[in-house]
Amino acid sequence: MVRFLVKRLFSATLTLFAVSVLTFLMFFALPRDPVSGMCPKNCNPERLERVRQELGLRDPLITQYAGYMKGIVTGRDLGSAQGGRCDAPCLGWSYVSNEAVFDTIARVLPVTLSIVIPAAVLWLLLGVGLGMVSALRRGTWLDRVAIGFSLTGASLQLYFVGAVLLLVFVYSLRLLPVPSYTPLLDDPVRWASGLVLAWVALAFLFSAIYARLSRAQMLETLSEDFVRTARAKGLAKPRVYGRHALRAAITPVVTVAGLDVGAALGGTVITETTFGLNGMGRTAVDAVRAGDLPTIMATVLIAAVFVVLANVLVDLLYAAIDPRVRLR
Amino acid sequence: MSLSPVEGVALAEIESGGDAGAEKGFVGRSPGQLAWARLRRDRTAVVSGAMLLFFVVVALAVPLIEMAYGIGPREQFQNRLDGFGMPLGYAGGVTGEHWFGLEPGLGRDIFIRMVHGLRTSLFIAFAAAVITAAIGIVLGTVAGYLGGWVDAVVNWVTDLTLAMPFLIIALALTPTLALRFYGQREAVPPAFQIGVLVAIFALFGWTSTARLVRGQVIALREREFVEAARAAGAGLGHMLFRQLLPNIWAPILVSFSLAVPAYITSEAALSFIGVGLTDETPSFGRMIYRSLDYLQTDPAYVFFPGVTIFALVFAFNLFGDALRDALDPKSSR
Amino acid sequence: MTETRADEPLLRVRGLAKHFPVRTGFRSRGLVRAVDGLDFDVRPGESLGLVGESGCGKTTTGRMLVRLLEPTAGTIEFAGRDITHAGRRALRPLRQDLQIIFQDPYASLNPRHTVGRIVAMPLQVNGIDPPGGVKQRVQELLELVGLNPEHYNRYPHEFSGGQRQRVGIARALALRPKLIVADEPVSALDVSIQAQVVNLLRDLQRDLGLAFVFIAHDLAVVRHFCHRVAVMYLGRIVELGDRADIYERPQHPYTRALLSAIPDVTTLGPGGRIRLTGDVPTPLDPPSGCRFRTRCWKARDVCATEEPALVPRDGGRQATACHFPESGPVTAPAPAQRAVAADGDETVDPAATAGPDAQEVAR
Repeated sequence: MVRFLVKRLFSATLTLFAVSVLTFLMFFALPRDPVSGMCPKNCNPERLERVRQELGLRDPLITQYAGYMKGIVTGRDLGSAQGGRCDAPCLGWSYVSNEAVFDTIARVLPVTLSIVIPAAVLWLLLGVGLGMVSALRRGTWLDRVAIGFSLTGASLQLYFVGAVLLLVFVYSLRLLPVPSYTPLLDDPVRWASGLVLAWVALAFLFSAIYARLSRAQMLETLSEDFVRTARAKGLAKPRVYGRHALRAAITPVVTVAGLDVGAALGGTVITETTFGLNGMGRTAVDAVRAGDLPTIMATVLIAAVFVVLANVLVDLLYAAIDPRVRLR
Repeated sequence: MSLSPVEGVALAEIESGGDAGAEKGFVGRSPGQLAWARLRRDRTAVVSGAMLLFFVVVALAVPLIEMAYGIGPREQFQNRLDGFGMPLGYAGGVTGEHWFGLEPGLGRDIFIRMVHGLRTSLFIAFAAAVITAAIGIVLGTVAGYLGGWVDAVVNWVTDLTLAMPFLIIALALTPTLALRFYGQREAVPPAFQIGVLVAIFALFGWTSTARLVRGQVIALREREFVEAARAAGAGLGHMLFRQLLPNIWAPILVSFSLAVPAYITSEAALSFIGVGLTDETPSFGRMIYRSLDYLQTDPAYVFFPGVTIFALVFAFNLFGDALRDALDPKSSR
Repeated sequence: MTETRADEPLLRVRGLAKHFPVRTGFRSRGLVRAVDGLDFDVRPGESLGLVGESGCGKTTTGRMLVRLLEPTAGTIEFAGRDITHAGRRALRPLRQDLQIIFQDPYASLNPRHTVGRIVAMPLQVNGIDPPGGVKQRVQELLELVGLNPEHYNRYPHEFSGGQRQRVGIARALALRPKLIVADEPVSALDVSIQAQVVNLLRDLQRDLGLAFVFIAHDLAVVRHFCHRVAVMYLGRIVELGDRADIYERPQHPYTRALLSAIPDVTTLGPGGRIRLTGDVPTPLDPPSGCRFRTRCWKARDVCATEEPALVPRDGGRQATACHFPESGPVTAPAPAQRAVAADGDETVDPAATAGPDAQEVAR
C-alpha cells in the first residue's frame, strides 16, 4: 500500500511538473509580447519596458522558469516594485491587482470551495440516489421520471439554468438575495442563501450525469452472477443491494466524481460568471482578459494540483474499495 | 461495421433457417445489421434520429433557406425596433416576415441567424468529434495493444491533459493564437476562429475516447481470434484495423454520438465566457450568451435559441442512448 | 532422444523453456517455470499428443511452437530451420506450414467477420491469391471440414460450437500447413461433438499428410488420434512413447494414474482407479528432484535429491523420467502396489492423508 502510494505520488509530481512547463511555455513563450496585453492602451513605453525588466522577461526562458519554480519552493525576492520579499510558496506579483498573487488566491479560493463542496455533496447524493432507485425500480414510472430528469439535465446549459433560476427566485419572486459570497464563519445563513442558487444549478446538471452513470452501473451489477448468488443464498434484498451491488457499482462513479470535483475546485468558470461570484474561475478569466501572467500561471497550476490530487485520492479510494487494485 | 439495412432486414428468416440445405444467396446477419434492426424497432431512436436528420438537413441547406427566406444573417431592421431597441409587436417581433422575431438592439432576424448558427455549431461539433475520435482511437488501440512503455506514456499524457484546466487554457490560447497569426490590427477571419475552436476541442477532448478504446483493446487483446491472426503472420495494421477495431466500433460510435452534443454545449460555454467566435459568425453559443441579457425584457429572444439548442442536444443524447441499447442489447439503459 | 529414423523430423524441440516473471510493483518475486526444458520431435505426417493436467505447461508449449509466446530458453527447429527467435518477417514463409487450432471456438473467431473472411484471413495477410480465387478456396476449405460452403457469408454467432471449431480448423488449413498445433481443440465441446471433430482431424491428417501436436488434458481423447504421446507434469515431460507403449505399458506412475482416470477404460483391472491426492505443486517453487514425488506412492529419498532423466527403458523407444518405473499394463498392478489399497480403490497417498475429499486427477 505504501509502495502504491509512493509510486502514485511520484507520477503525480511528474504530471504537475509537466503542467507547469506547458503552462509556462503557453503563456510566456507563445505570445509575441506577453506584457502588451498586461498594460492598457494609455501605458507609456518606459513603463512597459520597466515591467518587462521586473518580470525578467528579457532573461532566457529557462531562467525565468527556474526563478518561478524556485519562488514556489523556497520563496524569492521580487524587487521593491513587486512588494519585495515573497515567501514560499511565492506565486509572483500581479501588476493588474497590485498585490501578491498568493493573496489573491487566498481570497478567492474559499469562494470556489464554498460553491463546489456543498454542490458536490448535493449532486452525488441526488445523482447516485436517483440512479440507484431507478435501477432497482426499473421500468416503473419512477424510473421513467428519473431518466427524463437526467436526460433533461444533461442537455441543458448551466448558464441557461442559472439565468432562469436568477430570474425566478431573485428578480421575480425575490425569495433570495442577489448571489454573493459571505464567509461561512461570519454568517452561515447569508453564506448559504448567497450560494444556494449556484449549488442548485450545479447539482441539477451534474446529478443528471451521475444518475445516468450510476443507473447503468447498478443495472449491470445487478445482472452479475455474484449478486444473483447472494440473492439465491437467501440474503435479504437491502443487504444484497446495499452491501454487494452498491459497492461494485459505485467504483466507476467514484472515478468520475473525483475528476469532476477536482476540476471544479480549480474554478467553476461558468457558474461563477453566471452568478457573479468572484472565485477561482472568475479570477482566472479576468486574469486572462487583463493579460495578468502571474495570476494566470497560478490559477492554472492550482487547478492542475486539484485534479492531480483528486486523481491520487480516487486511486487510494479504489484501493480501499477494491482489494485487487493494491496488487497492481 | 456496416449499418446497411439492405441485407439485414430482408433476410430475417435465415435465423430460423438453421442448417437446412444449400439455399442460394445465403447472407448472414452481421452484428451491425442486427443492431440496425434493433435500432429501427426503437421508437425513441427513430424519433430522435429523425430530429437529428432534420437539423442536419437544415444546416446543409442554409443557402437555399436563406434564398427562400429572403433575409441575410447580418441585415438589420432598426425600423422595427422601439426607442429602447426592443422589437415592436408581440413575442419579440414575430411576424410573417420574421418568423422568430428580431434581436433587440441590432434588430437582426433571429430565424436566419439561428439557421446559420446551427450550421456553425454542428460543423464545429462534428469536426471536433471526428478528430477527437480519430486521435483517441489511434492512441487507445496502440496503447492497449502494445502495452508496456507505450501504454505508460499514453496514460501519462492522458493524465496530463486531464489536469490542464480546459476553459482557462482555451480562454487564454484563443486570443494568443489570433494575435500570433494576425497581429493586433488585422481582422481574424471566421474560418480561423472556427479552426482554433476545433483544434482546442481536439487537444482536450481525445482522452475519453482513448481511455475507452484502450480498455476495450486490452479486453480483446488476449482473445484467441487475435492470436489466430498473429499465428497467421498478420502485421500490426491488420491486427489493429481488421481484427480489433471492428469489435470496438459499437462503444466508439456511442461515445461519438454523445461527444457531438458535448461539443455543441462547450462551444456555447466558450462563447459565454467570451472566447471563440465573434459576433460576425452566427453561432448558438454566441446567441444564447447575448440573449441572456434580455431574459427579463425580451424573453422570446432567449426562448428560440434556448429551446432549439436544448432540442438539438436532447435529440443527440436520446439517440446516443438508443444507439447504445441497439449495439449492446445486454446493457439495459 | 533416441530417434534413429532416417527421415528428418519436421519439428525438433530441444530444452524448450518458458519462465514467467511474477512481479509485485517493480520488484520481481520469482519465476513461474511454466515450461522447463522440453525435448521432443515430430516427424512429417505424425501426430504427437501432449497430455497433462491443467497448469502443466502444455498450452504454453503450444503457443511457443507457433511463436505466439517467446521461449525463454531452448530451440525450436522447423523443417531444419531454427525459428526460436525469428522475427515476423523471417517467420512469414514458415507461417504457412505451421498453424494452430484454438481451444475455445467462441473466442477464436472474430465475431464481426463472416466465416468466409475468417477462413480467408491467413491468405489475405500473407498476400496469397490462390488459383480460382479466394472465394473458391474458402468454399473448398469449408467443404473439406464438413461445413456447407454456401455458409461462407454467415457470421460466427449463427453457428454451433462444433461448427465453429470446424471453421477454426478450416482457417488453420487455409495455408496448407505441414504441422498443426491443436490446443485442446475439443475440450470446450459437448462429448457427442468431440468425437466428430476428432474424426475430422484424423481424416484430415490421413488425407493431407498433416503432422499434429495435439494438446489434451486427458489420455482418452488422444488415444484414437496420436501416434505418439508425451505426458507432461509441471513443465516437464515425464513419459514419451508410442501410443501402444503409453496405453498398454505405462512406466511412469503419473501416466498410470492418468490412464486409470479414463472412465471407460475396459482394460482397467481389479486394481481399480488410482486416485492422486493433494494439489499440483506450484510451478513457482517446484519440488526438488522428481517433481511428481509429492504425489507419488513410490517416492523414496532419492526422488527428492535426484531429478530423473527422460531415458528410454527396455531398449525401446519409450522414455520415462522416473527412478522406479513400472512395467506391464495397468491391468496387472504390481502386488506391492495393490497391498497399499485396503478398499479396492487404490489409495496412493504417501502422506496417508487420503480422505473422502481427496483430489481426483484429470476430471
